[in-house]
Amino acid sequence: MLNNYIVPIIVIVILFYGFIKKHDIYDDFVEGCIDGIKIIVDIIPSILAMIFAVNIFVGSGLLNIVGGKLKDIIPMMFLRPISGNASLAMLSNIYKVHGVDSYLGFLGSVLQGATDTTIYVLALYFGSIKIKNTRYALWVGLFADICGMLTAFIVAAKFF
Amino acid sequence: MINKIWFLLIALGIGYSFISGNASMGDVILDSSFSAYDLLLSIGPLIVLWSGVMNIASKSGLLSKFSRLLSPLLKKIMPSVKNDKAMEYISSNIAANMLGLGSVATPAGLKAMKELDKENKTKGRASDAMITFLVLNTSGVTIIPMTVIALRKAYGSVNPMSIIVPSLIATTVSSISGLLLDYVIRRKNVK
Repeated sequence: MLNNYIVPIIVIVILFYGFIKKHDIYDDFVEGCIDGIKIIVDIIPSILAMIFAVNIFVGSGLLNIVGGKLKDIIPMMFLRPISGNASLAMLSNIYKVHGVDSYLGFLGSVLQGATDTTIYVLALYFGSIKIKNTRYALWVGLFADICGMLTAFIVAAKFF
Repeated sequence: MINKIWFLLIALGIGYSFISGNASMGDVILDSSFSAYDLLLSIGPLIVLWSGVMNIASKSGLLSKFSRLLSPLLKKIMPSVKNDKAMEYISSNIAANMLGLGSVATPAGLKAMKELDKENKTKGRASDAMITFLVLNTSGVTIIPMTVIALRKAYGSVNPMSIIVPSLIATTVSSISGLLLDYVIRRKNVK
């Protein structure tokens, strides 16, 4: 299926382009890896903070009161627009409890990829130029997130 | 925001464990550091590898080629942007986001906001163009959600990449619906 070809195609297109442009692609790769290591180091505190909070929340059993099939998915959907690392922590809990190849594991994966951290990005971008009155930006952003999530439910059911 | 949510998750969790007489909370807290370690180790190497590949795209000029390709489409979506520099930054932000190059996307995006602010007549109040740009940015079309794939791989998924096409569909619908609502609101404000 298409899924399995996208990654190799992107890799070969990027390497081929760099190679015919006579770029030192090996050096570029290594340099990029160093940037990648910096990214990982930068997210350590945030991942730790979020795993800490999410594990306490999930481990308390509070969600069992809510019950139902989607009890693990719904908090993840709430956290997704606020913190990508928090929803990632939630997702890894879903994998742990239900299995990565379960329906919920699949749905959660698609949900994580469906949108971005809307609230965080708006705060960062508007904050950088000192904009206080953000007008309807948040509502449109969240509307897009909800549409993406609803679509995730539909496509997850179709593709699973 | 994140402050409150973080506190709320922890307070609700610990509070409920006291009420329900769940004695394992201490263990949960200690274990969370190991869970974080596992998560970082499992997604880390693939993110590093992918950063390496994407840096080739960025250095060889493929990324800027891709962003020039997107630029006419983005001009159609954001007709009110007259500032060419802003448009250039917007294109490279969106292109980098699509390829999952967060470290390139954010600086370009912040520069785009700065340029858009120069055209902004009412300082401190978001302009239409800024909102359209951020709707597109936050609905985030990402071609390959590598972090999720890395986590799926780490948990032993039979087919970790099977989510690429479904995610792409969901994120595209998200962007289109956001842009549509944004368009409707802008039209209404003009009248």
